Amino acid sequence: MENLGALAILLAFCLSIYAVFGSLFGKWKRNPFLAVSARRAVYAVCALLTLASGILIYALLASDFRLAYVWQHSNRAMPVLYKFAAWWGGQEGSLLLWAWLLAAYSAIVIYTTRERFRDMMPYVIAILMTTEVFFIMLVGYVANPFQVLAVGRSIQALPDGNGLNPLLQYWTMAAHPPMLYLGYVGFTVPFAFAMASLITRQPGDAWIAETRRWTIITWLFQSAGILLGAGWAYAVLGWGGYWAWDPVENASLMPWITATAFLHSVMMQEKKGMMKVWNMVLISSTFFLCIFGTFLTRSGVVSSVHAFASGSIGKWFVVFLAIGIAGTAYLILDRLEYLKSEAQLDSIISRESSFLFNNLILLASCFAVLWGTLFPVLSEAVTGEKITVGAPFFNRVNIPIGIFLLLLTGVGPLIAWRRSSLDSLKRNFLHPAIAALVLMAALVAAGMRHFYALMTFGLSLFVLWTIAAEFYKGARAIRAKTGRSLLMAAVELTHRNTRRYGGYIVHMGVVLMFIGFAGAAFNLDTVMEVNPGGSFHLGRYDVKVVNLDSGENDNYSWNRAALEISSHGRKIDMLYPEHRVYKASRQPTSEVAIRRRLDQDLFTNFEGMSEDGQRAIIRAFVFPLVSWIWIGFWVLVGGSLICLIPAKTRLQYARTKVVGVAGQYETVHK
Amino acid sequence: MKTYWKFAALIVLIVGTLVWLALGGINETKTYYKTIAELNRMPDAAGKRVRVAGDVDPGSITREGSVVKFRLKQDALMLSVIYSGSDPLPDTFRDGSQALADGKLGPDGVFQADKIQAKCASKYEAKPGMQPAQRRAGL
Repeated sequence: MENLGALAILLAFCLSIYAVFGSLFGKWKRNPFLAVSARRAVYAVCALLTLASGILIYALLASDFRLAYVWQHSNRAMPVLYKFAAWWGGQEGSLLLWAWLLAAYSAIVIYTTRERFRDMMPYVIAILMTTEVFFIMLVGYVANPFQVLAVGRSIQALPDGNGLNPLLQYWTMAAHPPMLYLGYVGFTVPFAFAMASLITRQPGDAWIAETRRWTIITWLFQSAGILLGAGWAYAVLGWGGYWAWDPVENASLMPWITATAFLHSVMMQEKKGMMKVWNMVLISSTFFLCIFGTFLTRSGVVSSVHAFASGSIGKWFVVFLAIGIAGTAYLILDRLEYLKSEAQLDSIISRESSFLFNNLILLASCFAVLWGTLFPVLSEAVTGEKITVGAPFFNRVNIPIGIFLLLLTGVGPLIAWRRSSLDSLKRNFLHPAIAALVLMAALVAAGMRHFYALMTFGLSLFVLWTIAAEFYKGARAIRAKTGRSLLMAAVELTHRNTRRYGGYIVHMGVVLMFIGFAGAAFNLDTVMEVNPGGSFHLGRYDVKVVNLDSGENDNYSWNRAALEISSHGRKIDMLYPEHRVYKASRQPTSEVAIRRRLDQDLFTNFEGMSEDGQRAIIRAFVFPLVSWIWIGFWVLVGGSLICLIPAKTRLQYARTKVVGVAGQYETVHK
Repeated sequence: MKTYWKFAALIVLIVGTLVWLALGGINETKTYYKTIAELNRMPDAAGKRVRVAGDVDPGSITREGSVVKFRLKQDALMLSVIYSGSDPLPDTFRDGSQALADGKLGPDGVFQADKIQAKCASKYEAKPGMQPAQRRAGL
């Protein structure tokens, strides 16, 4: 079996190289048979990698411990879901997942565009498959998942495996890596189209229109990946947070930031023909940051809690990145004249300007995150001393950026293109601005003194108000015309221009998430050693340790505390935080118990027993508003999905288009 | 042209503010990576934020209330550490694990840590009892 898997990877490697050269030579030599064979090679690569993945999954499910990968990342007692998830639990398997996803994406791209983009597609295929060659090379030659454990000259199976890291045995963690990879890998597609359009000197923005859905879907996957990771950290890691500015977290955040900037700035290109170079730079940065992110998690360049084992794999990534970035930079610089802007900025108070500042700020944030992440490497190179910066650095830069972005979220979509009159500003923003100021004044009066939190709450109301007003205005007009109810009119309105109103809903989700982030300004925590029957006080809660319990099953042994939660003398809930020790890996983990409510979460962690074995060490946190982060995320998902639905009415943008040049026009008509 | 100057001024203002915030952030939180040997040699170690890496000396972890004491080991060198931070210790922190301690070296030579990170042993692809065959399957 494993021989077949290794063979499939080897064949896929050869075929992907063939696909690169086949499609390029097919194009240059105008040989349609060669070009078609290259396309078919891509399907074959996809089939072969599916086979290889299938064999690995089968080996994991069947607990075939002759394979080193299976032995290291699973054990017999593990539930089936996590045996399956062990596919991406380690270095080799997750690289195979990367390669397989890219192959599957490539096959889909080629299938959906089989009748179109005749001149561009060979280059798209070449770029997709070059990336594929790189990853299959890693899977085949550097980190092979089909390596067998051997003693002497015979292949031997071990009785039981090492087990998947127990911290990963949690449903969001099973879903987090594939989501993130679906995002990481997906950006290869718009990047390949962008480069192909540069290579073939395409006029117009066909690549943007074609890849818009891809970009949104990929962006959505990446958002989901990041948020699932945050949700996992919150619910599993027991330190009571969802984000720590760890290098690996940053690695997933950076391409997301540039992708967000890209999603916004392509609108400038579609509607005004501006920022063309910028968009090329953004999509390339996103792609390379995705590769860079994959590299950071595997190379051990910066120390991280999440990192895979470090090894020789890093240098391959460095070579790939260096060649890729140099090639892309050359292409963009060489074809600058095809990327000339068709319009100019007219005024600071205009839609264009809000997009510009949105981009500037997002890029600044990305740069700050990159800088902070690589600070140890950079400082070592420059001064010889390895210096790291902590979470306060990231917060200090990114919180003001976030608040400014929040402001732009409210203002941007409503101000006019080119320039806005004072009158229209007043019409759109007077009411929400007053509402925001009233809210802030009320919060100050209620005793809130935290500046950033005040700003966030005020601006959140401002943005929500402007979005609600947009829906209301549009829906009211439709109601007047058709006589439907306001709600049905709002649905109709959204359906007419899914992109715009879906976008508003995404914004709404982001605002809700910001409200959740701002809650962190008011976190409470305590750690107590409590005798059974004892209690302590935190925020508005009284926590009483009613009982301590213990036991074991095949997978782990556990200690459990039963906590009675009461508030103002009234019993409101029971929580059961658990402390487990997994048998296969002998690793302790905390199963925290969280009482989730819209206004605040009570988070309890049973850390273990005290030295004398008499008292339970209980750590408790109160996290105000944290649920809104997850709620905002689901709103964001809903909004993004709405963006993907085709709009009922096709919109025409007033934009001058160069149809042809005078001379050419005459030759056509002769 | 006037519009462009306005844009330039605004951009400079925004970028300037961010750079100022970033520099402040770096100065406030910068931490030197040191091994135990380097820390001993550091002339002005007291007062600087340092991150020390080492293995947790087996059997050295003791808890006193919310304070945790342990020793970090690197080859023959030892460093006593007192942890009194507010975050819970990571689940992966235990005897023999690789740990990073953030904090300052006290005048008594005891390291006062306010943050501990530990690398998970299993995610670090624990050394298998038997080495995987260097040859690939099928060859």
